[in-house]
Amino acid sequence: MTWAETLRTGLEALRTHRLRSGLTVLGILIGITAVILTVGLGQGAQQTISSRINALGTNLLVVTPGSSTGAGGVRGGTGSASTLTTADADTLASPAVAPDIAAVAPTVGRSLTLTTPDANWTTTVTGTTPQWLAVRARTMSEGRFLDPDDLSQRAAVTVLGPTTAAELFRGDAVGRTVILNGVQLTVVGVLASSGSTGGTTQDDLALVPLPTAQQRFIGSSGRTSVQAIYLQAKSQEALSAAYQEAQAALLVDHRATSDSGPDFSIATQESLLSTATSVTQTLTVLLAGIAAISLLVGGIGVMNIMLVSVTERIREIGLRKALGAPPRIIRRQFMVEASMLGLVGGLAGAALGLGLAALLTQTLGQPIVASPVATLGAIVIAVLVGIVSGVYPATRAARLAPIDALRSE
Amino acid sequence: MSLWSTPRPGTPAWADEPAVPAAVATVPVISLDRVGKVYRSGPVEVRAVDDVTLAIDEGEYVAITGPSGSGKSTLMHVLGCLDVATSGVYRLAGQDVGEMSEEDLAAVRNQRVGFVFQQFNLLPSLPAWRNVELPLVYAGVGRSERRQRAIMALERVGLGARVDHRPGELSGGQQQRVAVARALVTDPSLLLADEPTGNLDSAATDDVLHLFDELHAAGRTIVVITHEPDVAARSGRVVRVRDGRIVADSAVEAAS
Repeated sequence: MTWAETLRTGLEALRTHRLRSGLTVLGILIGITAVILTVGLGQGAQQTISSRINALGTNLLVVTPGSSTGAGGVRGGTGSASTLTTADADTLASPAVAPDIAAVAPTVGRSLTLTTPDANWTTTVTGTTPQWLAVRARTMSEGRFLDPDDLSQRAAVTVLGPTTAAELFRGDAVGRTVILNGVQLTVVGVLASSGSTGGTTQDDLALVPLPTAQQRFIGSSGRTSVQAIYLQAKSQEALSAAYQEAQAALLVDHRATSDSGPDFSIATQESLLSTATSVTQTLTVLLAGIAAISLLVGGIGVMNIMLVSVTERIREIGLRKALGAPPRIIRRQFMVEASMLGLVGGLAGAALGLGLAALLTQTLGQPIVASPVATLGAIVIAVLVGIVSGVYPATRAARLAPIDALRSE
Repeated sequence: MSLWSTPRPGTPAWADEPAVPAAVATVPVISLDRVGKVYRSGPVEVRAVDDVTLAIDEGEYVAITGPSGSGKSTLMHVLGCLDVATSGVYRLAGQDVGEMSEEDLAAVRNQRVGFVFQQFNLLPSLPAWRNVELPLVYAGVGRSERRQRAIMALERVGLGARVDHRPGELSGGQQQRVAVARALVTDPSLLLADEPTGNLDSAATDDVLHLFDELHAAGRTIVVITHEPDVAARSGRVVRVRDGRIVADSAVEAAS
């Protein structure tokens, strides 16, 4: 009996019991769909996070304040202290101290509400310096960015992100005014969209000159403290040199001892990325584990149905044996049927998974990335599940004595 | 009676058994030499076939009869290579099947034996010709030749116009004729029928028996297991079995 013959016979057997085959396939289908969606969701989340981190700029280092220790000895979280100042930023900007640092952008930020006669909009208001644009690798779509004069004059000007501008104004935003904490600010420019996927926060922000922000909007503990200092290294190769220069300069500035340790921390994009990646990977593994369990249940379903099929077709098996089918062919027949259930379930599950991934990406705005490798892998797994589930029922069928099989009613 | 038997060189050692004196110079289709089949269920030992010696020649039409529990079904299973004897030697068309593997037995059943069952045992989802071609599938015959031979076999049993009908669309007698066509399609040495008329009314019974008569007249070797005297009377030789032993073996006087 040829393989083509076996396939044809298997297909006929499955078609004869359409409902039963369909329900069995459903078990595999759901498992495969779940696997594709969860893996896709994990990969999508990873892509979103890495594109956000990459959108921060290129060859970037971020200096954040260390944790504060309260009166009772309670340690606050990273960034709770306000140990970084504009003076630190000035130090790092000096080519003599840190020759490998190309640009420095200290920032302070807070969520505040901007008001126009027509609308109000709550967004992150960030105080920073003109170098922010270069450090964060952004471009302007309209007007100009903050300039050194704005800083020295503590000018009441602002640059809006494209989303923010669109929310506050119909039409041109440049030249119009917004009110922030009772202060009138003139919009001097609008940023171009960062173009990062899911990076809405990158496009929804308002930038003001650092001194303006420190004095009028943010100023809490000390008017010169900053929340973060963004550093851009001269090149990819200079990144670790820049890191060490910044570390050394700040340690000297802050007179840190080896006992107290540094009161700041420096993160590279890479370290941010690896942290975020490990988090999303853990999540992906967890979700995929759940999906794998549903696939296992699907596999048990296939085995169950194949066993039922063997019992139900015991006379047919007996007849085929009487007519000259050797045990090997009978085993192959049932293995092929089980594999077909797996294959059909895998293909349908992959199709459904890809469809749902596309649909959910559109409706949720959360990208679900279904990679060809994962999809192909899922189909292969489905077939393997079918084969593994088929072994026991097929062996039972092959071992049936023809007379016992023929005798049963 | 052995009109269709062909003399073969070399007289086998068992040919001098007295069962069928006419077959001395030929290889019998069936040759049982002190064959026994013992079932063991726990401490109880059941001798379903007890020391049976029997030879059936090519072209013979033999009925094996006996009350239920006489061992005739077990004998039929042994004859059809569906089951293996626990003692003695069984040669089917000269081939000793006692030491064969499952795989080889399957091949012997496929090529040497054509089965006809009481329950017809047709696959309900397949049309008549697909049922008939089934043994050829396992014999490795190509598709177009299979269809051709299946249709020829169906024509032979008078169902040339029903090749595409499913078993459910055929009467009991017609279904049994499909089963006979399936049994004949590989051109086996032996046509083995187990209560072939047990599920048929008298008209269909007559129909099938008439077909057997024709096949017998054409030289087929037929063994029918039956407990119906009418059916046995249509054969050329009746072997009576009781308690696993042959109690009578006689030619039928006036076959139809």
